[in-house]
Amino acid sequence: MPINYYLFLSLALFTIGMVGVLTRRNAIIIFMCIELMLNAVNLLLVAFSKMHYQAAFEAGQVAGQAGVDGQLFVFFIMVVAAAEVSVGLAIIVMMYRNVHSVDINFLNRLKH
Amino acid sequence: MQDIFQLAYWIPLLPLLGSLLNGLGRRYMSRSMAGWIGSLSVLGSFVLSVLVFLHVKSGHSEVIHYFDFIKVGTLTIPFSFQLDALSSLFLLIITGVGFLIHVYSTAYMHEEDPDQFARYFSYLNLFVFSMLLLVLGSNYVILFIGWEGVGLCSYLLIGYWFKNPAYTAAANKAFIMNRIGDLAFLVALFWIITKSGVVGFQDFFSFVQQHQFTERFTATDITVITLLFFIGATGKSAQLPLYTWLPDAMAGPTPVSALIHAATMVTAGIYLIARSNFLYSLAPHTLHLISWVGLLTALLAASIALAQNDIKKVLAYSTVSQLGFMFLALGTGAYAAAVFHVMTHAFFKALLFLGSGSVIHAMGGEQDIRKMGGLSTKLRITYFTFLIGCIAIAGIPPFSGFFSKDAILLSVFLHSPLQYGLALFAALLTAFYMFRLLFLTFAGQFRGTEEQKHHLHESPWAMTLPLLVLAVLSVIGGWVGIPEVLLPNAEPLIQFLSPVIPVVPHAVSHETEYILMATSTVLVLLMVLAAWWRYRHYQPGVSTSPFTRLLENKWYVDEIYDKLIVQPLSWMAAWLRSVAEAKVIDGFVNGVGRAVQYSARQLRFVQSGQVGLYVLLMVLSMAVMLFIQFFIRK
Repeated sequence: MPINYYLFLSLALFTIGMVGVLTRRNAIIIFMCIELMLNAVNLLLVAFSKMHYQAAFEAGQVAGQAGVDGQLFVFFIMVVAAAEVSVGLAIIVMMYRNVHSVDINFLNRLKH
Repeated sequence: MQDIFQLAYWIPLLPLLGSLLNGLGRRYMSRSMAGWIGSLSVLGSFVLSVLVFLHVKSGHSEVIHYFDFIKVGTLTIPFSFQLDALSSLFLLIITGVGFLIHVYSTAYMHEEDPDQFARYFSYLNLFVFSMLLLVLGSNYVILFIGWEGVGLCSYLLIGYWFKNPAYTAAANKAFIMNRIGDLAFLVALFWIITKSGVVGFQDFFSFVQQHQFTERFTATDITVITLLFFIGATGKSAQLPLYTWLPDAMAGPTPVSALIHAATMVTAGIYLIARSNFLYSLAPHTLHLISWVGLLTALLAASIALAQNDIKKVLAYSTVSQLGFMFLALGTGAYAAAVFHVMTHAFFKALLFLGSGSVIHAMGGEQDIRKMGGLSTKLRITYFTFLIGCIAIAGIPPFSGFFSKDAILLSVFLHSPLQYGLALFAALLTAFYMFRLLFLTFAGQFRGTEEQKHHLHESPWAMTLPLLVLAVLSVIGGWVGIPEVLLPNAEPLIQFLSPVIPVVPHAVSHETEYILMATSTVLVLLMVLAAWWRYRHYQPGVSTSPFTRLLENKWYVDEIYDKLIVQPLSWMAAWLRSVAEAKVIDGFVNGVGRAVQYSARQLRFVQSGQVGLYVLLMVLSMAVMLFIQFFIRK
């Protein structure tokens, strides 16, 4: 399958995530959009990793079929994302407890 | 006897110790204790100086090296003392006259508080220390340390009564005027170091002898160095154009005027040039200039002294005038005559200043001679000694001033008859104004208040004793330089100085010398008579001619300096203050601050608290950065 498909898919996912972050006001939705963007990047990494090693294999430079460098990055991102989720959700819960809302426009007190 | 030269370092050290003791312990010191410490330390130096002098007289001279003061690369500046004829003679003058003035001060300053009294003696001892360092140093750097030290002490002592703003201003003036000369001195010093790499007198002179008029040391170098040293000397020794500080320096206590501004410090310039006489003999242009500057100073100051009414101001201008004579002598190559006049002048001018101090003491602080008169009956010793001082300075034989002035006049006569005429005229003015001072002060009727008249009294012994000693010295001090024409195989002073200052035999017939002496003596006596005729029955309030007013106002030199130098400087400073400082620098600094404030006020709206906006900005700026990264930065 050509690499272009992966690129367009991940670009679409990333854009959806970004637009979601920029336009929505619900903190949980924004949170989900951030995850979407992270996963778009993960997809891209895996795709590129595969493409890169395929090319090297066909040129006879490497023996193995699959490269692991990009995939390792993906694991790291997943771990970080999991940690982020736990912290972020905790923040959202505390936010709801305090102001009874998850609307981020409600949280503009820092400007004062 | 142990070699006295080994003890020479005690000569400056004793006054330094005295100064430290008096200065640091001034709160715990009684007046008499401060006075004893101050006087005895100088007396100790005097005794040592006499021993050193006798040792030098028996034919010894030595450079004693103590330690290396500065050692940088190839340049070594040793801390060492030069003990020879010239320095030992100055040692005697400084410590001898200095001791008498210390004794005098114990009585003169007796109304001061004990701690102020000790402060005074601390300064005075520090001055003696610096002056001794100046004449003892065997190189220009040590000399310069002493040179600056005496300038500092002069400043401190002129401004001793620092609560009076006018006195502080006079002290500042003296210090600043001296700085101008000191700058020239420093440049000369650096010039010497750059050219020769040595600073010792002997090293430098032998270097000059070896390389004179070659690539390494051209005639220009000699002229420039001698000129710069001379400018330094005009500052310290109050010559044209830097003399105006000396009359103002009379703000200090009278013994200070006697010690610093008559007998010792102001002769430092003459010492410097006499010490460098080898160099000056190679620079005829500089010598020519020195002779004219000295002559003009002598004339100008003498003319001003004619019309001054402050007893100390008259003496101050007289000092400037006499210093002019010394420079005239230096300029005509008669270095020994100049040193001779330094010595006799130290005696009679210190005597005159101390006498004036005694008068001021008796008059309760009054310094205006128009309000004195008739003091001769009340202040017998002061009058008698003052009279001797006047005769000595006027140049009437056989008093000391006659011989030294005669030596100078003879040298000037051989040099240039025109200068001789002018110098003789200045000498006549000297006689006139000194006897004017004498008659106004001591003759005629008392013109002060009844209360002052009631309080008139002779000063205590601590003041009259130095007067008597100095009077004796003023009479006999000149006998060490009786010219050969009067006494065969005489002139012991010139013989004594010959290792440092080569003897120049002058080809002049005895008849000429007799005629010169007779002329000056007769004319001086005539001037004394004229002064007596004019001022014996002086009454204040006589109308003054415009010329007298011109003289009373000192030729308006201070005003001219004020207009030409001080005011333009003030204007420039004011302009810098109002335009360069207020507009440019302040404008720039405030502008930066204001720009930051303005931009911050505009940027403040970005911090809206809307998280969405933050994210949008973040995305946009990342997009911009990526755009730059990929499309603009190649």
